[in-house]
Amino acid sequence: MGAAGWAALGVLIVSVATMAVGSLGLRRARTTGDFYVAARAVTPGWNAAAVSGEYLSAASFLGIAGLLLTYGYDALWYPVCYTAGYVVLLTLVAAPLRRSGAYTLPDFAQIRLRSTVVRRVSSVLVVLIGWLYLVPQLQGAALTLTAQTGAPGWAGGLLVCLVVLVTVAVGGMRSITFAQAVQYWVKLTAMLIPALVLGTVWRARHDRLPVSSADWLRPLGSGLDHPLYATLSLIVAICLGTMGLPHVLVRFYTNPDGRNARRTALIVVSLLAVFYQLPTVFGVFGRRYLPDLAGTPLADATVLLLPERMLPGLVGQVLGGVVTAGAFAAFLSTTSGLTVSVAGVLSQDVLGRPRHRQARIRRFRLSAAVSLAVPYVLSLAGARLSLANMVGLAFALAACTFCPMLVLGIWWRGLTDVGALAGLLTGGLLAGTAVLATVLVSPRHGWPAALLAQPAAWIVPLTVAVMVVGSLLTRDRVPPDVGRVLVRLHAPESMAADLPSLRRSAR
Amino acid sequence: MTERTRGPDRGRTPERVRITHPRTTTARSLPTRPPTREIDELTELGEVYLASLLRTQRRTAFTACAVAIGALLGLAVAAAGFTGWSGRTVFGISLPWLLVGVLVYPVLLLIGLVAVRRSERDEQEFAALMQQR
Repeated sequence: MGAAGWAALGVLIVSVATMAVGSLGLRRARTTGDFYVAARAVTPGWNAAAVSGEYLSAASFLGIAGLLLTYGYDALWYPVCYTAGYVVLLTLVAAPLRRSGAYTLPDFAQIRLRSTVVRRVSSVLVVLIGWLYLVPQLQGAALTLTAQTGAPGWAGGLLVCLVVLVTVAVGGMRSITFAQAVQYWVKLTAMLIPALVLGTVWRARHDRLPVSSADWLRPLGSGLDHPLYATLSLIVAICLGTMGLPHVLVRFYTNPDGRNARRTALIVVSLLAVFYQLPTVFGVFGRRYLPDLAGTPLADATVLLLPERMLPGLVGQVLGGVVTAGAFAAFLSTTSGLTVSVAGVLSQDVLGRPRHRQARIRRFRLSAAVSLAVPYVLSLAGARLSLANMVGLAFALAACTFCPMLVLGIWWRGLTDVGALAGLLTGGLLAGTAVLATVLVSPRHGWPAALLAQPAAWIVPLTVAVMVVGSLLTRDRVPPDVGRVLVRLHAPESMAADLPSLRRSAR
Repeated sequence: MTERTRGPDRGRTPERVRITHPRTTTARSLPTRPPTREIDELTELGEVYLASLLRTQRRTAFTACAVAIGALLGLAVAAAGFTGWSGRTVFGISLPWLLVGVLVYPVLLLIGLVAVRRSERDEQEFAALMQQR
């Protein structure tokens, strides 16, 4: 069995296992509540593993090592910020959002601002961010399957879509919570074992690291224009964007209470900190053993190609199969998480909510198919950005829209529906334009290119300003029950017994 | 804390009680309303309680968040500013790589841990304060 055989075996095992674990949840998924939030009875440990499992996407598993190989030091900021995003989420939104009792971001908009229009705009943004995030997952799947087995370009994405559809359709979120938690450990193992073997080989050979290329090692040595601005804006985008990712937030609703939501976020930080040591190892070894990939679209395949390049022969082939399996675990888990949240919003807010439970569940399955079909077609059209850059744009769009609405809505009683709407539209249109310009035109040099490729640093403050000024101008539109909503968001659950009105409003 | 101003200890520190709460005799004769009820009904006093909870939590949340993001932005600027240190190595690893690749993570975890502890403690104190009658 050659390298392709081992890789195909890895993909097969991960796909079948995902569907098997998913269908175990079938017997328990009975109500719509089970479908969306696993009946809110998941412990922080499981939940954190599930959040991490869902979060570690193609960008983390493949993209970071590829960027490191090409750009060196500056790419180290990606994993750091992917982790720091959860510290921000923990401090600013985890507990209040869980206490709000909302299923999705549009639900939050409705609860806090009492506005159907803001709800609709939020729904559209959830779908757009979800699709923007799904495209690189499916592209990563295509790249992986093509690089490892020589399959045609359409096959990888299609395989991921089909497996996810089966998993989501039969079990909903309950099954996905367990599947996702397992996926974290699968991904960690699939990178850890090859990294340990390759590290041992490297030491045994007394080989050197790529110290000769000084620019690659140096901060701001990436060779891109305005690298300091790009780094600072990236930090803003990812740290603030994490809280606005639909598939991340929906997972926090499965915590039993606000306190556990915070603890879940803290465990996520530690799980991510452990995992993110590994892409760096692959990136550095990649620079040493696969320097020819730097700057090419194949840079994203560094993790996949490294084992065989360092260890030609059976061991390298088996390890290649292991990382391929891990990569597919990454595509499947992120894609299913995004599909559940996008489909949830589509079925509730876009297609309308049928009265009967069976009809609702059917509608949800149909929405899942739609949520996957659009990004699959887009992934075939193929924007040639690296995986991590593409995902970075989804973060930027979330940071420019949902982050200001969430933070102001939770911590400032003065936010009004008009202010929030103005901010969402400003941030959404500007960031959306920047994303389209970067993907379609991809200007290469000068300030316009830097400002469009990393738009968060200038759009986020603008959005916040628009929301604040808009709210101050429409002060009379502050919802009359804002005090009650804020009590619900911030009062610890231990007080709930003494707050009968809170229990009434939560129903 | 508040027992001193209206509990049975009142007689032992008369001057102080008189200054902070001059109408204790009338207040004592009325049935006491628990603070949770003020919050539940969102009376003016309830709004004051809510504002104080919001203030405490907001301070904890935004401080922790600012420290985390500030540390990252500061590190990025520092790495760009001092070109001299990129040549330094610790255990054979270039210093900026060690800082951003490894050492940042425990710091982030620590910030998160402190934030969780503080907000849980603040919440418990608030709940305890509100439930005494």
